[in-house]
Amino acid sequence: MEHYFQKEIECASQEEIRSIQNEKLVKQVKHVWENVPYYRKKMEEKGITPDDIKSVDDLHKLPFLSKKDLRDAYPYGLLGKPLKECVRMHSTSGTTGKRVVAFYTQHDIDLWEDCCARAIMAAGGTDEDVCQIAYGYGLFTGGAGLNGGSHKVGCLTVPASSGNTDRQIMFINDLSATILCCTPSYAAYLSERFKELGYGPDDITLKAGIFGAEAWSEEMRQDIQNTLGIKAYDIYGLTELSGPGVAFECSAQDGMHINEDHFIAEIIDPETEEVLPEGEQGELVFTAIDKEAFPMIRYRTRDICKLTREKCSCGRTHVKMAKPMGRSDDMLIIRGVNVFPSQIETVLLNNGYAANYQIVVDRKNNTDTLDVQVEMTPEMFTDNVGEIEERQKKLVDDLKSMLGIKAKVSLMTPKSIARSEGKAVRVIDKRKI
Amino acid sequence: MSVMQISVFLENKPGTLKKMTGVLAENNINMRATSLAETKDFGIARLVVDDALSAVNTLKDNNFVASLTPVLAIEIPDEAGGLDKILESFDNAQVNIEYMYAFTGGKCSDHAYMIFRVSDTKAAESKLIGTGVKILTQEDIESI
Repeated sequence: MEHYFQKEIECASQEEIRSIQNEKLVKQVKHVWENVPYYRKKMEEKGITPDDIKSVDDLHKLPFLSKKDLRDAYPYGLLGKPLKECVRMHSTSGTTGKRVVAFYTQHDIDLWEDCCARAIMAAGGTDEDVCQIAYGYGLFTGGAGLNGGSHKVGCLTVPASSGNTDRQIMFINDLSATILCCTPSYAAYLSERFKELGYGPDDITLKAGIFGAEAWSEEMRQDIQNTLGIKAYDIYGLTELSGPGVAFECSAQDGMHINEDHFIAEIIDPETEEVLPEGEQGELVFTAIDKEAFPMIRYRTRDICKLTREKCSCGRTHVKMAKPMGRSDDMLIIRGVNVFPSQIETVLLNNGYAANYQIVVDRKNNTDTLDVQVEMTPEMFTDNVGEIEERQKKLVDDLKSMLGIKAKVSLMTPKSIARSEGKAVRVIDKRKI
Repeated sequence: MSVMQISVFLENKPGTLKKMTGVLAENNINMRATSLAETKDFGIARLVVDDALSAVNTLKDNNFVASLTPVLAIEIPDEAGGLDKILESFDNAQVNIEYMYAFTGGKCSDHAYMIFRVSDTKAAESKLIGTGVKILTQEDIESI
């Protein structure tokens, strides 16, 4: 049976959603015009006023915001409410440069937690569940967001935070936890540890996992699902827009429903900045139409993906976004070719290797080098040198056909690649450009 | 009849082999025979020890990937033509050798020993019985 946190709005007709968006957008643009001088200036430069925005159809007229704007306006330049009304701040992990900070009123926290509650219930969660949150608590939005959502659903919430793997496993076992929330790389690490301790999928009480905050492949999902004996659901979000829960997966496990009553999604061509027709791949842009303290208008996520409005088997009507190929920030340009770590991960898992890998990019004699380091596993090892070399060669060939460039494959000692408790460090770029 | 050889994956990095021998030394595991197969990118160390099962577990506990492979350990008279005679028996029995390496015995100094990895160990064993070739058992290895 499908569970919903706010069924009426989650399953509303497209017309109803559109009418909510129209109303909230007009109000939001007015709010920003009056309260955020930084954005008002951008609007003035484009020669538009709130009167030009009458519905979602006019959205394309508005200027974009980017991570650079957030850095330029750091810390309070984009604040939409007086500090007196703000109750919380969070900060990005800073994986792609200087941290950005975001602010929340109580209203903002509430709607964010609603979004997370929708995600938990879409993963089958109810007030009967024990929900262990192994996302970091603190400045990072993962812990706080899912914690709030779990409360709203009425789960027994285990605020384990990240790290201390054996303690995580102890609580999962002792409390019979049924839902696990963490990054996919940490879920893979926990799976590995469970396996080492001799647990099979039937020995683990978990039934669902909500994994997000980094790109992960379908193959990694299968691996985690099989090892832990769970259904693994993707969740998407950005600190700039609130945190996890901007979009989430349902029982169909085929794309994430964007919470359209709070966020309007567009896909643009990252070069020309033109809005692309639905179904085309491009950069995802969000407008937060319900947020007071940090009202992002046309925020460029750098995430590359597609949107679809095909009818979903779960009954939800909100538009679905495909799993992003990766943040364009994560995208590497190697010998002029765009490479996403997630593409490399797909090839590795398809070839039977584990998701423990590292990508080292360097420049030798003015040529970029790509070294994919992957750990040897008992399953992939044989006494036959020729066989290992053949597999290694197949991996090189598969990488070549996926990426279009040649990569070196290095087989590493097990456990030699550092495990991550939060966002995994997949890429080491040694190029000095 | 066959003997269990341990095959260990070694990353191509200075110190990897030393790390393995360190683990063996710490756990008081005595190697009877060893050889190293290397490629451009990685190596496989092959070891014959007295207690293969406990050695392989010790290595796994120390984050090595290791597996057991059945091999033939054969006693060879330490004299000119010794190996040739053995290989003649292999030849007659149509046994295909994948790799081999030698070690000399501790107590029996007039004998050399060779480890043979063949494509089908069991078939090779049955074909070599009665040809005068002395195949060592795991117990023999322990007492050398």
